[in-house]
Amino acid sequence: MNFDRLKEKLEILADAAKYDVSCSSSGGSRKNKKGALGDSSASGICHTYTEDGRCVSLLKVLLTNHCIYDCAYCVSRSSNDIKRAAFTVEEVVDLTINFYRRNYIEGLFLSSGIFKNADTTMERLVRVAKKLRLEENFNGYIHLKSIPGASDLLMQEAALYADRLSINIEIPTESGLKLLAPEKNREDMLNPMKYIQSGITQYKEEKKIFRKVPKFAPAGQSTQMIVGATNENDLQIIKVADHFYKNYNLKRVYYSGYVPVLEDTRLPALTTAVPMLRENRLYQSDWLMRFYGFKADEILDPHMPFLDLEVDPKLSWALRHLDQFPINLQSADYQMILRIPGIGVKTAKKIVSARRFQVLTIENLQKLGAAVNRAKYFIDFNAGNVFLRHLTDLNLKKLLIGGSTSKFQDQFSQQLTLF
Amino acid sequence: MTILLYDGSFDGLFTAIFEVFEYKFKDVEIISRERFHQENIFAEIHEVITQEAKSERVLNKLEENIGKSGIHELVKVFLSEEPDLEQIILSAVKQSIQYPKENILQNYADQDILRIAKICKSVSRERHRMTAFVRFEKMQDEVFFAKIDPDFNVLPLIRKHFKDRYQDQKWMIYDLRRNYGLLYDLKTCDFFYPEEKIDLNKYQQKFHDEEKNYQTLWQRYFFKTNIVERKNLKLHIQHVPKRYWKYLTEKNW
Ligand code: SF4
Repeated sequence: MNFDRLKEKLEILADAAKYDVSCSSSGGSRKNKKGALGDSSASGICHTYTEDGRCVSLLKVLLTNHCIYDCAYCVSRSSNDIKRAAFTVEEVVDLTINFYRRNYIEGLFLSSGIFKNADTTMERLVRVAKKLRLEENFNGYIHLKSIPGASDLLMQEAALYADRLSINIEIPTESGLKLLAPEKNREDMLNPMKYIQSGITQYKEEKKIFRKVPKFAPAGQSTQMIVGATNENDLQIIKVADHFYKNYNLKRVYYSGYVPVLEDTRLPALTTAVPMLRENRLYQSDWLMRFYGFKADEILDPHMPFLDLEVDPKLSWALRHLDQFPINLQSADYQMILRIPGIGVKTAKKIVSARRFQVLTIENLQKLGAAVNRAKYFIDFNAGNVFLRHLTDLNLKKLLIGGSTSKFQDQFSQQLTLF
Repeated sequence: MTILLYDGSFDGLFTAIFEVFEYKFKDVEIISRERFHQENIFAEIHEVITQEAKSERVLNKLEENIGKSGIHELVKVFLSEEPDLEQIILSAVKQSIQYPKENILQNYADQDILRIAKICKSVSRERHRMTAFVRFEKMQDEVFFAKIDPDFNVLPLIRKHFKDRYQDQKWMIYDLRRNYGLLYDLKTCDFFYPEEKIDLNKYQQKFHDEEKNYQTLWQRYFFKTNIVERKNLKLHIQHVPKRYWKYLTEKNW
């Protein structure tokens, strides 16, 4: 193997793949067969973090950055004058195995520019996964980016070897997609997703009857939306995400603040800042939908289609629903405790445990890990709470921003403990 | 006041706890022999001889009350090497004997129990970080070798993880601070305790021929996958605290 050439390819094809944010390896549960290599843990492991603070858990590369399409937001677009490269199947396999053996990664995230046509490209991606599984006995995580328009047959094969499949929706609205990627259409993206979804459902059914059905995309599907390349609002974005969670059983929707990389009149200027705070707020909303029992309509409504950049969406909801507070910690049900600003899932569970032993005070609450500086305005302790007089205060929001800038003001990441 | 001296082992500690009940000691302190310096000249010294049978009786009783996961939490406290770990574990056992029907480890309003929860969290975090930050380097004899220096003694907690994961390569993980390691030789996966410190001089000369190449590839990958426009060093350091950097391949070039 020519090391210098391989290094050069890796640099080009890692650079081109870096804007894809879905890097998580969670949800895999491929147990090692005796004597083989690899084992994916259900929760996923981040092996390192880039200097921009994003987690690295997979070797994320493109098979090639040659592309016949010309999507405006993409560095690999055909009209962009950049160095092009392509890995061989063997090279990707070799890198994956050797990185994995050194405990650098949990597996592979493989995506590709489209060369020739959708099926030729998809076929090559599948070949990498197949070789890893069948020839190298590899049980680590494999995420393949499906190519829009790929045939059902190839999608089925992909699902046999990959843990997760995804197709990036990229632009949240159809009109936006028309503008920026005129050669692509929504249907080509949705069809493979539909196919995989029904495959997963069928797999689960069959698994109930026959224990040994081959795995079918066991970690499910995900997608990614670029935020801020077109002028959709947050409500539209959340609705699209909600639609995917409900109708396609998606495991994750990723949001990627648009990084201006190309001069194009259809796009924000090169000097535009990456909308990181907005991206962060979208992830927070996403958490509310997935773990806190919030509905999309509760987070935003048509009168207020953008997320508040000053306060997180849960606090924002609380401030708009002061009539639901204060909440009594001894008697309220878990779902309502979860809605108290400053209390996360873990703390809520601890509260429900600990209150069986004794009546909780504000000091207990602090020790249980709540952000008391926020929570204290929304809780009615049995013994009373002096901070409750602020609950009707018009300046409550100001009071709260003053007391809780720490976490959100300077931390613009996506995959953290958010509340 | 009675001071119980034990050999520093997990079974030794639980033998000592058994004897606290057996002899109905009231005001006690359990200390490992290694860490014992006689300060309190009025204390009675009670020498504990580790007996698995006694330790097991305590652990079995405990398991009925707080479950396997509860025991696992106490193991984490033990591995935390906190100076007063014996005191906290004893306190938990006493409470559990007093309230056998409850899982007392959930009584977070109690000071000792809250400490246990906190310690478990730190130890678990370190354990998790070790599954992530271990970097194997392939040696000439085809063994994948990794050096670690964790804040807590987490090697026993990561054994299964690495054993499940790497079954078709020989590997070794070595704790530099505590001077012991784990070795998997394609058949068994056991702890080893070298007589002398492993000599790390000339270490890189024993690398397998391909090792440097893959390290370079990984470093270049790490560099290229970063998005400069989103740089956030503060967050980076929060995720990868500096004390780990010297063992991370991607941070050393
Ligand atoms: S098809 Fe994919 S790789 Fe090609 S230009 Fe569009 S987004 Fe980029």
